[in-house]
Amino acid sequence: MADEEDDIVLSELDDEELVQQMHDDLYDGLKDEIEEAVNILLERGWTPYDILTKALVEGMRIVGIDFRDGILFVPEVLLAANAMKGGMGILKPLLIETGAPRLGKMVIGTVKGDIHDIGKNLVAMMMEGAGFEVVDLGINNPVENYLESAEKEQADILGMSALLTTTMPYMKVVIDTMVEKGIRDDYIVLVGGAPLNEEFAKAIGADAYCRDAAVAVETAKDFIQRKHNQLAEA
Amino acid sequence: MKTDLETMLASRDWLLTDGATGTNLFNQGLPAGEAPELWNTDEPEKIRNLYRSAVNAGSDLFLTNSFGGNASRLKLHHAQNRVHELNKAAAALGREVADAADRPVIVAGSMGPTGDIMEPVGTLSVADAADMFEEQARGLMDGGADVLWVETISAPEELRAAAIGIGRVGAPWCCTMSFDTAGRTMMGVTSADMVRLVDSLEHRPLAFGANCGVGASDILRTLRGMKEAAPDLPLIAKGNAGIPKFVDGHVHYDGTPELMADYAALAREIGATIIGGCCGTGPEHLRAMHARLSEMVPGDPPTLEEIEARLGGFSSDSDGTGAPTAKRRSSNRRRRV
Repeated sequence: MADEEDDIVLSELDDEELVQQMHDDLYDGLKDEIEEAVNILLERGWTPYDILTKALVEGMRIVGIDFRDGILFVPEVLLAANAMKGGMGILKPLLIETGAPRLGKMVIGTVKGDIHDIGKNLVAMMMEGAGFEVVDLGINNPVENYLESAEKEQADILGMSALLTTTMPYMKVVIDTMVEKGIRDDYIVLVGGAPLNEEFAKAIGADAYCRDAAVAVETAKDFIQRKHNQLAEA
Repeated sequence: MKTDLETMLASRDWLLTDGATGTNLFNQGLPAGEAPELWNTDEPEKIRNLYRSAVNAGSDLFLTNSFGGNASRLKLHHAQNRVHELNKAAAALGREVADAADRPVIVAGSMGPTGDIMEPVGTLSVADAADMFEEQARGLMDGGADVLWVETISAPEELRAAAIGIGRVGAPWCCTMSFDTAGRTMMGVTSADMVRLVDSLEHRPLAFGANCGVGASDILRTLRGMKEAAPDLPLIAKGNAGIPKFVDGHVHYDGTPELMADYAALAREIGATIIGGCCGTGPEHLRAMHARLSEMVPGDPPTLEEIEARLGGFSSDSDGTGAPTAKRRSSNRRRRV
């Protein structure tokens, strides 16, 4: 469309304007523009890690806030996450090459008996959007799946999702098994799903209940930060 | 005694539907993770029991055990090639139970969401979804359903797809969406949006409204929002029996029969014609709702404050109706086409 509003030329913006524009473009779910802007910043000598945190993760943080506050809804968030993914596709190999610090890794899946996965998928996408590595175990996971994968992947966070009142008690089975094996405190355990609430999360010994995908991201960041602080003090 | 929903709506001020399907089947021993629809052929007597419990509690209409009976959901149980058979069986069992009742009872063929995210953000096209709904609709109608009942929908595109699929079958239908995210559906649809959406459908339903969602208070607020948008079709309210609580290793819904009776009365005062329960709603709730609906003299529609005082607080401050919420940052350019 030959519209005046289309006439922003990303390469003509200075760094600060470009990063602002990327935040806007993430908000609007514009994947091609995000990819173009990532390449421009790389050409200008930005480190992959700075692009990730200052442009992409910060942009998704704003999306997350508006999602949490009921201003944006799932369709917009999915488009934004898709645009973010485009940028990440370029950055990922470079991040590994440059040995950039990891934000954190999450293993996530719906619990045994539960096949409802929309909520879990949203959390996975939003977590990736926030720069976390996500290992998606899919649906219907027995306790072994969670524990084997968490160990193999050296995950920081274990996420469990359930939509049914009949399947949510299984989260306690997983946590109890972790306690038995003495590995409970090795992981941050986050739980979510429509019938859950804070009270339930506390009762089964999870670290936190996450009401929605945006809260999951904020909670994950918060716990990772605390973990880093503890390590620094130790 | 057979009747159709239109006839019943014309002669009655209110109709009572059934309550929960899942909750009641789990109580009969359905293992978590198994597809309830498989019981239509494997455990037909348990499905008849489910239907009978609603009829015996006074329901004028009950939903068939076919909520997850579309190809996309059944695929998770490797039963995607049994769509027609399982839906036909669900409706045929319903037909048996309804025909044996001593009063007219409507068999409503339940059709839940595909569970997939619709294009462009997801992978499912409207055309493919419409085909799936059509296939399920045919099975339900072949089994003898009086009306089709599309429920717990979040995405507007999915509701359109259902209308297209059902339109091809030419069946009468009703539809409800689930408003569980700050008064909107997961995909952002407000109560007023749904009124406009339904209005724009080519194959129009006989009635529409809300089901599931959060608690009894929230669904009444949704209903008020629909009423304010001046719908020209009867409204449906099928709310959950309170909110799930975890006690002694078990989960149960905290809504008492009295609370559900209050909710039913308020729903009628707001203007709902078809009233019932969803998750957690058992026969004892339905009986209390039936008794209250039968004896009440409807007063003025309750205000939000009155709803809150009688049934408890709302899950969010606003429900998205009224003044539009400004996006924090508006697009300063358009998507390139």
